[in-house]
Parts: sequence; C-alpha cells; structure tokens
Amino acid sequence: MNETATPPLHPTPEAPLRKTALHATHLGHKARMVDFGGWDMPVQYAGLVAEHMAVRERVGIFDVSHMGDIQLRGPNSLAAVQKLLMNDASKLQVGQAHYSAMLYPNGTFVDDVVLHKLGENDYLIVINAGTREKDVQWVRKTIGGMGGLHITDVSDYYTQIAIQGPKAAATLKKLTKTDLTPIKNYWFTWGEVCGCHNTLIARTGYTGEDGFEIYIPADEATSARVWGEVLAAGAEFGIVPCGLGARNTLRLESAMALYGHEISDTINVFEAGLGRYCKLDKGVDFVGREALAIVQAGGGPARKLVGLEMVDRGIGRDGYPVLTLDGEMIGEVTSGSPAPFLKKNIALAYVPVAYAEIGTEVAVEVRGAGVKAKVVQTPFYKRPKV
Amino acid sequence: MSYPEKYHYAKSHEWLALDGDTAIIGITDYAQGSLGDIVFVELPKVGAEIAAGATFGSVESVKAVSDLYAPIGGTVTEVNTALNDAPETINAAANDTWIIKLAVKDATLDGLLTAADYEKFVAEETGH
Repeated sequence: MNETATPPLHPTPEAPLRKTALHATHLGHKARMVDFGGWDMPVQYAGLVAEHMAVRERVGIFDVSHMGDIQLRGPNSLAAVQKLLMNDASKLQVGQAHYSAMLYPNGTFVDDVVLHKLGENDYLIVINAGTREKDVQWVRKTIGGMGGLHITDVSDYYTQIAIQGPKAAATLKKLTKTDLTPIKNYWFTWGEVCGCHNTLIARTGYTGEDGFEIYIPADEATSARVWGEVLAAGAEFGIVPCGLGARNTLRLESAMALYGHEISDTINVFEAGLGRYCKLDKGVDFVGREALAIVQAGGGPARKLVGLEMVDRGIGRDGYPVLTLDGEMIGEVTSGSPAPFLKKNIALAYVPVAYAEIGTEVAVEVRGAGVKAKVVQTPFYKRPKV
Repeated sequence: MSYPEKYHYAKSHEWLALDGDTAIIGITDYAQGSLGDIVFVELPKVGAEIAAGATFGSVESVKAVSDLYAPIGGTVTEVNTALNDAPETINAAANDTWIIKLAVKDATLDGLLTAADYEKFVAEETGH
C-alpha cells in the first residue's frame, strides 16, 4: 500500500448514489436533490434564502444522516483518540464534545471532526460524508494496531437530524421530557425523544445558531416519523426543512470550515486558522504534531485563511483567483457566495500573510474581471447573545 | 411554469419578443425556477454590439452563475437597470421582466422555438 496516496473524495461516477433513511421524505417535500459526496441529498426545498432566514430568525430542520460516525471503545480508547486527533481529549468530561481534526504526518487534514466523550473509555467521532471510507481506513491504519481498543463504524446506525435556530430548543422541548436547559453548547445528554429511548441529544450544529443534533434509529419508519413530529412541533415557530444549500451559506456566514474547501490534504492547521483546536503540548505525539511544531517554530504559515467582503459589484465564488489591486494573482477563494442574512457578498480565501491584515484591499477575479474586495473580521456573522 | 405563446424561445432558456426592429429579451420561467433565488444580474453596456448566440451578461442565484445568450444579434438600446436593485423581480415574474432590448438589423428567428416546442424541450431536458 502506498503510504502517501489518499483515496478519491468521491466514489466513481458509476457508483449509485447513497440514500439516507429520509430520502423518500425529501422527495415527498419536493426537494431538489443533488449528489453530495456520493449521497443523493436535498439541496433545497422551498428556497435557499427562505431556509437560511428561517434558521437565523426561527428554526430549521436538516437531515444530516450522511455524516459518518466512528466509535472507539476500550481501555486504550483515550490513548488512541489522543494519537489520532489534534485537540486534547483528556480535557473532555463525559457528556462533552469538541471540535478536532485527523491529520496527515505533514500537518494537513484527513478530515475535521467533532469528538464526543460518551463515557469513560468510550468516544464517538463524527466525520464528514464525502470522506467516510477514507476516514475509516485512516483510523484503522493509524490506531487499529493498538491493543485494548475496539473500533466500530456506526455510521449506518443513526439517522442524524439537526434542529437549528433561536427556536430550536423550544421546538425540541415539546418532544422530550429531558430538560434541555442545562445542556451547554457542545455538550450532550441522552433522553427519550419522540418515544425513542436513549437518544443522543447534542447541542451542536453547523449553522452558527443555537441548536441540537439528535441521533435516532436509522430505520425508515422511525426516521420519517420523528422528522414529521419535529416539523409539527416547530410549526408554531415557523419551522421549515432546510437543504445543503442553506447549510452551506449558514456555515459560510459563520466562517466554519468545509472539508475540500477551507481544509484539505494540501492545507495545514495553522494556515486554516484552526490552531486553537490543535494542542501541540498535550503530551501525546499525535499524527501531524511534529510537522506543525516545525511550522510554528519557523514563525507560522506563509498563507492564511481570511474573510473577504466584496466591495464592488460582483460575487466571488469557490475557486475564483484572488489578485492584488495591480492584478497579480496571490490566492484563491475556497468558498464564496451571497450571504442571505448579511445581504453582502462574502468569501473565504487563502492569501499570503502580507495581505491578511483586516482592511487590506484585494480583488477577486470574477469571470475575467478584477472586482474589489476587502479583508474583514471572521466570523462574518455572530449570533446575538441572549 | 408558463410560457406565453407570443414569445420565441431559445434552447439556452431566454425568451424573445419582437416589436418592429426591437428585440426584447428575458429569461424563461423554467430558467428562473432552476436557478433559485436570483441575487445578481450582470448587464451589458448600452451601445454594445452582440452577435447571435454570444453571451451578453449573466444571472446569479445564491448557488449558481448562469450566462445569458443573445437569441438574435443586435445593438443594445436599453438595459433594465431596475434589476441592479431588485434582481428577484425575475423570480417573481420572469415572463414580464425584460433584461435587455436590442436593435436588430435582420429579424430572422433561426433556431428559436415556439412556446409549445420549448415546453416539450424542457420536459425532455429534465426527464419528466
């Protein structure tokens, strides 16, 4: 096996698209479906902007069952997690989760993940859909040889539903007896939801809003029933089903990274600005640590991820070149879109550190013409404190 | 989806109305629907010469960019500048929202479809 080769992000075109247990439900809602990392997923239902605004102002529901889940159990599970992931899992308490990443030895990304500590010696790693097979193989290759460790791919065990927005808690409250108030951001508990016992209820999400992700049994009947009950419970708050289109614009306004865009196997942790989740001094020589220590000792990365706001008329989109005002190419947009809530055209882009200062003026090449943009603070959107 | 019979249709999803030697051009109801929420329209300059089949601008939704193609050649006499501030008008009323007007020299409508044929073409393209 070639040590450096990584499997392709997407399955071959001939491979049939995979479906979540809610696929028929989405078709019933007349969703527009797209291929996302090999999955036939809803990109929008009634309309992307309306869905985006519902999550910012009220509440939205998303099927995120395509996300993968790997469970690590056994007396060596903490040691395994510490070697595999860049954040310091020894700081987690049972019922707590944090953002982390699996890295290659050169400090670039295999994937970004959310790690949940389910119990002592029991961890759940939530991974991206498009990287599932690659991730599982990487986990087995990296820590599979450790004793006292049981690795299970539990991706297909759950239908994962995200309920997001300022009215998410009020919606979910109607469906469970579990007190949601004490669950802080990035903590979780178990409870009965819509009659499903021991449902993992996590206060996590990918929208920049308050919200929950629930993990229910993956059979179609239960999945469709719970989906329907959440929609019914949220009706009084104006809940709408939301697709991947809104999920993308919501995470972009909140400047959250997306694998294959802001992070990949050619971008390292410091370039991506994710150093705060990377604990070089946690006392375990995790994969990627050595390379990153060298980058840090060398004064940091040469390029950085910045937020751009278009100053002149034009929309910078994924892959568009970033130029100096003199027209010299200096970088590339990783994600760019109109921001439905902010009503501005925003982008995330890699530029040399000399151009990363807030207020720096650059240009984005929009179909042959340079359109002026400026470097702004990220996140572009921060939810108001309640 | 509705396709008025008085218009001529291009396979690139523009509609065209002829008023003497003026061609009035917009995008079809199908085009606005498949683009989704339109947030930006790039218009040509008045006076620009555009060849039949050439791009004269673009329409952008939150998700996608779509080039606009001239169903007929001509000189731009007017652009709908109201679309700079209210591009969503196209979503609300694609058939009633013109984008540009062209002065045409030769009003032969080669390769353009009738409403009925365009509807058939869209049905074939979308597979239903």
